[in-house]
Amino acid sequence: MTSKQATARTVQKEESMLRQKAMIADNFTRLSRAKEEGRKVASTFVPGNLNELLMCFDFARNFPEINSLQLGMRKKTGRLIMEAERAGHSEDVCTYVKSDLGMMAQGNIGPTGEPLPKPDVLLLSYTGCFTFMKWFELVREQYGSETIMLHVPYQGDGVITENMRDYVVTQLKDEVIPALERISGVKFDIDRLREYMRESAKAEEDLVWVLQSAKNKPSPIDAYFGAVYYVGPIFSAFRGTPEATDYYRVLRGEIEERLRLGLGPITPEGEMGEERYRLVVEGPPNWTSFRDFWKMFYSEGAVVVASTYAKVGGVYDFGFRHDPDHPIESLAEYCLGCYTNLNLPTRADMLARYIEDYEADGLLINSIKSCNSFGAGQLLLLREVEGRTGKPGAFIETDLVDPRYFSAANVKNRLESYFQMIDQKKGRATATEGAAA
Amino acid sequence: MSTAEIVARCQALFDDLDFTSVRAWKDAEPGRKVIGYLPVYVPREIIHAAGMLPVGILGGGDQLEVIHGDAYYQSYICRIPRSTIELGVTGRLAALDGMLFPSICDVIRNLSGIWKLMFGDKYARYFDVPQNYEDEIGGKFYAHELGEFRRDLERLAGRAITDDDLRRSIEVYNENRRAVADLYDFRADEPWKAASSEVYLVLRAGMVLPVEEHTRLIRDYIEAARTEDRPLRDNCRVVVTGVFCEQPPLGLIKSIEMAGCYIVDDDFMLVTRWLLDDVPTEGDPLDNLARAFLHHSNETAAKYQPDAKRKGAYLVESVRRNRAEGVIFAAPSFCDPALLDRPMLQHALADHNIPYTAFKYAENSGQMQPIREQAGTFADSIKLWSA
Amino acid sequence: MRCFIGIDLGSTTTKAMVLDENCVVLGRGITNSRSNYDIASEVAKQEAIVNTRLNLMRRALGRLDALEGRVDAFLGRLERDFRLEQFLEQLADLERTCRERVSGDRFAGLEGATTEALAEVFRRLRDEAPAMFAPGAKRRSDFFRDIAGSRYLAVGETVAKEAGLSFDLMLNVYDRAIIEVENRIVGDTMQATVTRALDRALAAMPDLASAADEVRAEIAGALAVELEETYVIGTGYGRARLPFSKEHIRSEILCHGLGAHIMCPETRTVLDIGGQDTKAIQVDADGIVESFQMNDRCAAGCGRYLGYIADEMNVGLHELGPMAMKATRSVRINSTCTVFAGAELRDRLALGEKREDILAGLHRAIILRAMSLLSRSGGIRDQFTFTGGVANNEAAVRALEDLVRENYGDVTLNINPDSIFTGALGAATFARRAVAS
Repeated sequence: MTSKQATARTVQKEESMLRQKAMIADNFTRLSRAKEEGRKVASTFVPGNLNELLMCFDFARNFPEINSLQLGMRKKTGRLIMEAERAGHSEDVCTYVKSDLGMMAQGNIGPTGEPLPKPDVLLLSYTGCFTFMKWFELVREQYGSETIMLHVPYQGDGVITENMRDYVVTQLKDEVIPALERISGVKFDIDRLREYMRESAKAEEDLVWVLQSAKNKPSPIDAYFGAVYYVGPIFSAFRGTPEATDYYRVLRGEIEERLRLGLGPITPEGEMGEERYRLVVEGPPNWTSFRDFWKMFYSEGAVVVASTYAKVGGVYDFGFRHDPDHPIESLAEYCLGCYTNLNLPTRADMLARYIEDYEADGLLINSIKSCNSFGAGQLLLLREVEGRTGKPGAFIETDLVDPRYFSAANVKNRLESYFQMIDQKKGRATATEGAAA
Repeated sequence: MSTAEIVARCQALFDDLDFTSVRAWKDAEPGRKVIGYLPVYVPREIIHAAGMLPVGILGGGDQLEVIHGDAYYQSYICRIPRSTIELGVTGRLAALDGMLFPSICDVIRNLSGIWKLMFGDKYARYFDVPQNYEDEIGGKFYAHELGEFRRDLERLAGRAITDDDLRRSIEVYNENRRAVADLYDFRADEPWKAASSEVYLVLRAGMVLPVEEHTRLIRDYIEAARTEDRPLRDNCRVVVTGVFCEQPPLGLIKSIEMAGCYIVDDDFMLVTRWLLDDVPTEGDPLDNLARAFLHHSNETAAKYQPDAKRKGAYLVESVRRNRAEGVIFAAPSFCDPALLDRPMLQHALADHNIPYTAFKYAENSGQMQPIREQAGTFADSIKLWSA
Repeated sequence: MRCFIGIDLGSTTTKAMVLDENCVVLGRGITNSRSNYDIASEVAKQEAIVNTRLNLMRRALGRLDALEGRVDAFLGRLERDFRLEQFLEQLADLERTCRERVSGDRFAGLEGATTEALAEVFRRLRDEAPAMFAPGAKRRSDFFRDIAGSRYLAVGETVAKEAGLSFDLMLNVYDRAIIEVENRIVGDTMQATVTRALDRALAAMPDLASAADEVRAEIAGALAVELEETYVIGTGYGRARLPFSKEHIRSEILCHGLGAHIMCPETRTVLDIGGQDTKAIQVDADGIVESFQMNDRCAAGCGRYLGYIADEMNVGLHELGPMAMKATRSVRINSTCTVFAGAELRDRLALGEKREDILAGLHRAIILRAMSLLSRSGGIRDQFTFTGGVANNEAAVRALEDLVRENYGDVTLNINPDSIFTGALGAATFARRAVAS
């Protein structure tokens, strides 16, 4: 196939893109109809997301983080945040929370314009983020929903101890599962859980292949902006469903094809040109200016070859898979291993490793104003990784969904300076090689 | 000793950013070790039982210029971690053999990792406490964590920590807790005799002094203050909340008082009042500490409240118990726990018609005039408009 | 002659630098920034070209025996007269344009009176102009808008009062005329202007009468040299796009780093405190940026902070430094936020602190912010170059010296009085490097 034919095929949206869009949209529809269809609704978080378990009880799954980011991408969060601040919530706190509270205050209309239901249970998966605890206390105050605390201890020493695993397992067995049974009225069937987890493992296998395809030159994917779409299903209401497994199978096929053709990543404006910069990115993206932000990269030929954000809902690229043979232990292991639950030294190791494994030109950190879990310590990560890899790093500052904290000129200026820095360094290396030849 | 003398001594300890008294304690006998800890709570008994001195680290305050510490934090993060790093890199914490970082928020959590990377030769532990309060679940996890901590300290001390050592330490800390409780009761009963700026310094002294000495100091202060002839003022009685981690400048506490308020309860240095009752000295000491934490401990933003109906109840109860007329919410800028919790606590107060006012500060806030005005207006409004 | 030009579009001023092919500085120009970047850029470039020609004249005149020992005096005179002629030209343009603006309802019945008043105002302005450009004359600013504006206001108010006219009318025509005049790009009439200036200068120095012909010849020769704009690089950032195509833009951080390196080749750390942002840059031995940190959102730590303080205290910006130098004790100012700086200032004054002491504290506060930024960028390495408007403030410099010594020991601090041109110099150097010898 000629590259022209390939271009013609890819200007129209990729099948995987359409599928994931439909899946997410369908979930919103399901949520909006849950009450009338007699389905119970569970709200939970992306890190430590126990989707397979919730499915065992026939819950419809609602992810407030996804709601906030989807609203952000549709540029609706500015108003919602101001609404929450007017109601007394501080300017300094997480903007996901404020968007959610603002949304609730304005009729709980979700990103697709369909109303979101009052949750029947809040599964407070306390994983990797302090704010989660307060978020669900606030939602609980609003709705009076029953709240189940699942405390996932932080890997303070960079290891999962037996004590930590046992604690999570015991909570699951003695508190979470019985409560979900009671609220849903559905008896827990461990084999059903195993089945879902079998599917999860398959999907994880393909996702990891896709993420690691970025080791190639040129990389056929963008592991940050592009990956936002790739991880959608697995980080939310679909992990463990055959639908998701299928999605990842199709996605893998598409990327295999791109690899075969030597293509770079697809962008909203079609094929990217020459791959000029390979970056590792740490930190969540900005959602309110997502497209503009992405464009600042691909218009310069910059592709992200690895990101830590793509691991926020689970770290699968170092071997972990959901294990149907030890389902509860595996769920515990999954939660404990989510990116934001890893300690800083581990994160530094991971980033340095990504730079080497993916042959990146350097590390870019997108520091999010309202996220301390990711943000506190990122300046040290920058210097650590620069020191260990010898590659230059750069630091930009934005926010998740508060449009007041995305300054395009500011970000572009820093990005362009960084790209030019990389050029200058490479340029000199080339000159030296030329002279030596 | 007069109150003035006691307070002067406490002020000197408070002003000393070089931790001279800690160094002196350490140098007095060979082999002594010091373990630092950040807010909110660590079981100091275990450190004490190891023969070590627990030292509360509360950042650098308003007299410390932060130069190097700023390299580690963006501007939208609170000041305590940067001033703590400043203390570290300028050698002021050289006497510490280890640091504990309790699970209070993500900033302090991540600071434990920064500490490991920067001061890798010192013991640094993220100290997790359970958010599940069942004996067989959270309790089991926590007892195990306490056990690990004990083993770490044994290794550091080069000797075993026996259960009897622990029981003795528990008793010593029970005494300290009783003294603090008495101090707070005294202040709530006769606030004109126990100025909060003084009580604060007395409590801060407990962050660096050996606990036995601190208990004596508190008792001495109560006795001396009781006999002082200090004028009663027509002040309004308030509870101050939100100050459990990054500390306000001493001037801020004074400003609240100057504005016409008696602080009759607060959440300063919760570590001294975290366990509410005497911890039993019979039986397994770690189990006792675990149970005390699960069932007899205080409440704060960093602690999950499993019962929705009880959210904010501790604050309402404090207002009742201490016959307060209002609440002042004082939170450090960017403090996730205090600021996220605030609206819920305010709703609880509103449900009980308890007036409140709120502001933010930083540990190096410079201008107190707005605080005085706000607190003053609040005090006036209570005095003028309350039924 | 091949010329390589760098243009730095700042927020307050726009600078241009002209280098020859050996990277020797031929000329520099500066103008106040405009909302129209094309014009600002063009004007700055023209100023630089003018400056280049004057320097060429200096070289030429240096060859004349008749002017031995007096070249500087003569050229100084010539330049002042040239500036005066330029000013008079623009003043005439302003007068014409103002007269055209005397129309509309608000002038009903008053057109005659206003036009007369205008004529009187401009007559007085023309009369006083030579004194403003006399040797040793202190002008508030070198920019037409600033000079003309302040004089028009002062003189206009007097004339209006004398004429019994509302000053608002005079203001109105000025406001509607000034922008047009300021943005009018005058064609290359340097020849004519120089000739008039030359006439003035020679008239004022009769002892040169015998050499007048030689002088005119050399001047004509210098004016006739063809200045080929071989390559132009623009830099600076703002919301609008820079008026250059992509290959002709370099990031201002890189330009600044390189410029600082050109000024002081041993530079390894650069601090630039501008009016609107602060940059901390680490460069390598070749002037290439290794890492950088920017404060471009917060006024604290930028020149703006001092601007607020100057306004609060009702003194001129340039008076702050000298006042602070008179401090006798240190007052610690803790608020580095400009929003509170005023409040803290008033508080201290109310408490009886001396203005000078408070100012010293404020200067230290702004430098402390810069120290933070430097810390984040990698610290302060020998040699350390301080650029930007604030570098002209002696109190700021002293605070910086103290803090550097206290925290980094013995580091050489470079301050170049021409540091405002650092970015333009870097850009011009990039322009030179862009063209193969």
